[in-house]
Amino acid sequence: MLQHTTEAVGAHGTFHPFLLGWIVLLPLLGFLINGVLALMWWRRGPAPAGPEPSEQEAHAHGGDAHPGVEEQHPAPLDKPWTRTLPSLVAPGVVLAAFAIALVNFWGMLGAELHEPVIERYWSWMPVGSLQVDAALQLDQLSMLMTLIITGVGALIHVFSVGYMREDPGYPRYMAYLNLFIFFMLVLVLGASYPVMFVGWEGVGLCSYLLIGFWFKEQANADAGKKAFIVNRIGDAGFLIAMMLMFANLGTLSFSEVFAAAPGGLAYGGVVVTAVCLFLFLGAAGKSAQIPLYIWLPDAMAGPTPVSALIHAATMVTAGVYLVVRSSVLFTMAPTASLVVALIGALTAIFAATIGLKQWDIKKVLAYSTVSQLGFMFAAVGMGAYVAGVFHLMTHAFFKACLFLGSGAVIYAMHHALHATHNPADAQDMRNMGGLKRYLPVTFATMGIATLAIAGVPPFAGFFSKDEIIGAAWLGAGGTSPMAQATLLGIPGTAVMGFIGGTLTIAALLTAFYMGRMMLYTFFGPNRTGAEEERHLHEAGPTMTVPLVALATLSAVGGFLNVEHEVPIVGWFDFGQGAALHHWLHPVIAGSEEVVRANLGELMEPHHAWWPIVLAIVIGVGGLLLARALLNPDALRPAGVEPDYTSAPERVLYNKYWIDELYHALVVRPVNVVSQVFYRVFDRGIIDGIVDGGARMLQGIGLYTGTRVQTGQTNTYAFVIIIGVLVVLGAFTL
Amino acid sequence: MTLDFARQSAYFWALLPEIVLATWTMLVLVVDVFRSSDHPEESRAPVAWMSLAGLVVAGAANAYLLSMREAAPTGMIAVDSFRVFTNFILLLAAGLAICLSFGYLQRRHIDRGEFYVLVLFATVGMMLMAGSRDLILMFIALEVMSVAIYVLVGYHRQDPRSSEASLKYFLLGAFSSGFFLYGIALLFGATGSTHLPTIGTMLGDGVGTASPVALAGMALVLVGLGFKVAAVPFHVWTPDAYDGAPTPVTALMATGVKAAAFAAFIRVFAVGLGGVREDWAPVVWVLAALTMVAANLVALTQGSVKRMLAYSSIAHAGYLLVALLSANQAGAAAFLFYLLVYTVMTAGAFGIVIANSQGDHERVSLEDYAGFGWQQPLLGAAFGLFLLSLAGFPLTGGFLGKLYIIRSALESDNVPLAVVLVLASLISYFYYLRVIVVMYMRPAASANSHDQAGLAVPGRAAIAVAAVAVLALFFAASPVMRAAESSVASLFPAAPALFGMTP
Repeated sequence: MLQHTTEAVGAHGTFHPFLLGWIVLLPLLGFLINGVLALMWWRRGPAPAGPEPSEQEAHAHGGDAHPGVEEQHPAPLDKPWTRTLPSLVAPGVVLAAFAIALVNFWGMLGAELHEPVIERYWSWMPVGSLQVDAALQLDQLSMLMTLIITGVGALIHVFSVGYMREDPGYPRYMAYLNLFIFFMLVLVLGASYPVMFVGWEGVGLCSYLLIGFWFKEQANADAGKKAFIVNRIGDAGFLIAMMLMFANLGTLSFSEVFAAAPGGLAYGGVVVTAVCLFLFLGAAGKSAQIPLYIWLPDAMAGPTPVSALIHAATMVTAGVYLVVRSSVLFTMAPTASLVVALIGALTAIFAATIGLKQWDIKKVLAYSTVSQLGFMFAAVGMGAYVAGVFHLMTHAFFKACLFLGSGAVIYAMHHALHATHNPADAQDMRNMGGLKRYLPVTFATMGIATLAIAGVPPFAGFFSKDEIIGAAWLGAGGTSPMAQATLLGIPGTAVMGFIGGTLTIAALLTAFYMGRMMLYTFFGPNRTGAEEERHLHEAGPTMTVPLVALATLSAVGGFLNVEHEVPIVGWFDFGQGAALHHWLHPVIAGSEEVVRANLGELMEPHHAWWPIVLAIVIGVGGLLLARALLNPDALRPAGVEPDYTSAPERVLYNKYWIDELYHALVVRPVNVVSQVFYRVFDRGIIDGIVDGGARMLQGIGLYTGTRVQTGQTNTYAFVIIIGVLVVLGAFTL
Repeated sequence: MTLDFARQSAYFWALLPEIVLATWTMLVLVVDVFRSSDHPEESRAPVAWMSLAGLVVAGAANAYLLSMREAAPTGMIAVDSFRVFTNFILLLAAGLAICLSFGYLQRRHIDRGEFYVLVLFATVGMMLMAGSRDLILMFIALEVMSVAIYVLVGYHRQDPRSSEASLKYFLLGAFSSGFFLYGIALLFGATGSTHLPTIGTMLGDGVGTASPVALAGMALVLVGLGFKVAAVPFHVWTPDAYDGAPTPVTALMATGVKAAAFAAFIRVFAVGLGGVREDWAPVVWVLAALTMVAANLVALTQGSVKRMLAYSSIAHAGYLLVALLSANQAGAAAFLFYLLVYTVMTAGAFGIVIANSQGDHERVSLEDYAGFGWQQPLLGAAFGLFLLSLAGFPLTGGFLGKLYIIRSALESDNVPLAVVLVLASLISYFYYLRVIVVMYMRPAASANSHDQAGLAVPGRAAIAVAAVAVLALFFAASPVMRAAESSVASLFPAAPALFGMTP
């Protein structure tokens, strides 16, 4: 394998990447080992009658939560190592990758690089003028993403050991999870758009496989399919963007594109705007933004650790990563950036309203994720790239914690309901209540994460969310590079003012629905049932330790980026200052160059004190409002509690009937058209031609065959004689 | 070592592989006679193993040929790497046929040592035929090969179909040998020689230089060779002979005999008569087109898998004729490459037909394959692979081989024939895929109807080798293709301009 590495010279010495390829290879190795185990077990086959009925029963409790089902049925995993080995290998490889990433991080900290380090392995697509290398690129942004993916990923792998150990498909599950980490690392470490696209498609595949992990249930398989199809729409956008880039710049590797774009494309021109809008279409598909968000809530059909890893902490943030990675292009297309910001803000408030009225604990978190991703897009759309990445990181901490916490709750609920053969839904908050007595660790960790997401200082979400909303207010004042652009004639400052207002309300709603979720789940009387209550208990350390670790990160992660000059926030500067800003600066230096060249120096931002106070009031106020308005004592279990009756409640509970709308406007017409094509064109015309042709040819063959191949030697001799005469004639005449 | 054919001793070295194999064969015969008089009821497996060893030794001698050079192409036998390449194909074909006959002969109660001896003698004939540079030697070699094959086709004396096939093949073969010999005589009359390079020189280059006598000679030689490669309309014997013969013999006929005849074909026409190409090319063109179209059409209607494979082998003769017609080195290299691919995939396919036979029942109808793919997963998968390769499906050697042939046809501006080839192989997909459909999608007659299917260990090894080769000839084809190209270069030393050799 050929390998060329560019050695990057930083301000404080050289940096040579340490085993960069192994970060990516180790999870792949884990996938292979677990995959072989899964196949070996599959070949032997599960006991035919064993797991079936129990699975049915499990699903009666709700979409998720298999854990513990096999307690009464002998597990079909007949060899102990089919469970022990994945438990060691799967988290092991991710932890090892995390360790290697840490070593590299240390090296980069000392070197202060200005250029990415690129490791080329082999020439992947040498087609004419298109030269794509299989190459990895390590810079500050991909370093950060790698640390999040392997770090949070390792914690979730450990959690999965506890959560999924009893599942009959355990090795298969771990194999998929390792494969996901592999593709996600390819996505963030790839040195060109095509390599990134490989990871992009790969994580989509793993997401599909894991959403439909319990594929025997039709709803789960459908949810996987939905995610896959919706993502294909986005991927088409990504592909078109790549083709546009190649047609106009002649290259697809990051370093060359970003070097060539400022000179090769017109600032604010049609081409760069189109490229960015198509890239955003891809990002919207992967990161669940309007109008392609509909797959993410359904994706909760997968096991809960999957929701935490893929559908909260890592994969769904790939779109944000894509925009930040392409910051040079997006800065050159301010109109497209405003579109990104506006869509992000609208998604943030739209999803937040739906989250207000959901009963399923995972659905609340799913819509919350969509909403938080909206915050990130709003940030990167306004040119606040670091703020977007900052929120991406803190969100990875607190949302992973919340999802894993909900997993622990579902696990406990499921065991309790299973013990008494109660068919009630283990994920419905109406069946919970008062769980803080039974699950103290889960309650404490989820509580910290809730404070973080609500934006209560000094928890992580406060700093990152405040930076985004602050950027909107500053942009409205004219300090954003997008401020001078217009969107459909509306000046950028006005758009960003609108975004600021929208995000503020969305933040209030966030605090409110999170408060509601905590109240209904952990406070008030228990509604699970008197008998079931006795079976509620905390899970083992493989599940609680990751929770504690993530809660700690949710609590302190915000201190990584504290802007000293911002009022109140500045109190928390313990000398580290805006460390993340400093760290990521080389990555977005190119976009700042674009701004300087086209807009000159932007005015210095002036930080007012009122947005901070407003943010704190909203965060704390939202939680208090939930406490004041909602009464967990009055809530009754699912079957007893009446459905929502008032019109606004029903609109929100039914998610604005968007799924139904899509079904009527897109799915059904496509079905009708394809049916017409199938019946008229495919069955009628194409099949007719093919069948008719085959029948005709067969007729000819039959005729000549029976006439010539009579079995009579004299006929054969006659045929040969005719042949000889013809050949002779052809030669001599 | 440089061989000068002015000295007779040079022939000893030039014929080394054939001499080794012939001597070994006689040894096998003697051993068998002594063994069978002592133990008349015992299995003949030791004889078969000994025959395989003979093929290996002959192969080693064949490799030794590579170290020899001829001073001038004056000998009756060619000493060039083309001969080495074709000899390897022929030895491989014979080896696969012997491996496949291990259990089969016992099951049909025809397990006698002469079988292997005859296979080896036929192989000696094939090797001589493929390497001969003189029409008289070619004729003798053809007869050595054919007589052995006539006997092998009728080897199952108690089976009337086998005897009938043998008699038909013998009568028509003798008939066509007459034409071939008459053609040689006419060519001798026109040029005064049976030595191919001399004939070429005497006929000269260009159109209209050949006399009518020479043309008639060419026509009759074409008929004789066309009969052996089974080109339409001289193929009429093929379905009956292939169908009636014991299946390992069918495999040998479809691979070895055909390969030897094709090698002779290329030596006579592309090299010896290359100068008067315009005289014979149009006729071969028509034969190629006719062969491809007719064979594929008739194959569509076959209900017997064995008979379908017989027609398939006729169709492949058409494809090989296309490669032969592309008068350039790329064409000849494509020809050699395809010959190798064809040999392994055809031998493999017949191997599965052998595996599916039970006792005295050949079980060759389509219905006998219902559910085969599920009850015999490995054999079924291998059969699917061979059929896909025969059809020319990507990821198999058959695809690459066809691609090379089409490319050579296009390079020599033979677009219509390339189109015919593509359309013909399109038709062929139907009958190849139909077998796969039956194998996997039609339920078996009973849950254990294929339990008895199977092969002895050497037969299984042959299938495995063929399957790996079919895949390897797609995924790692370049060394083979390079070897084919260099052997072809040795074939055309005298006429660089004609065959478009560029330095």
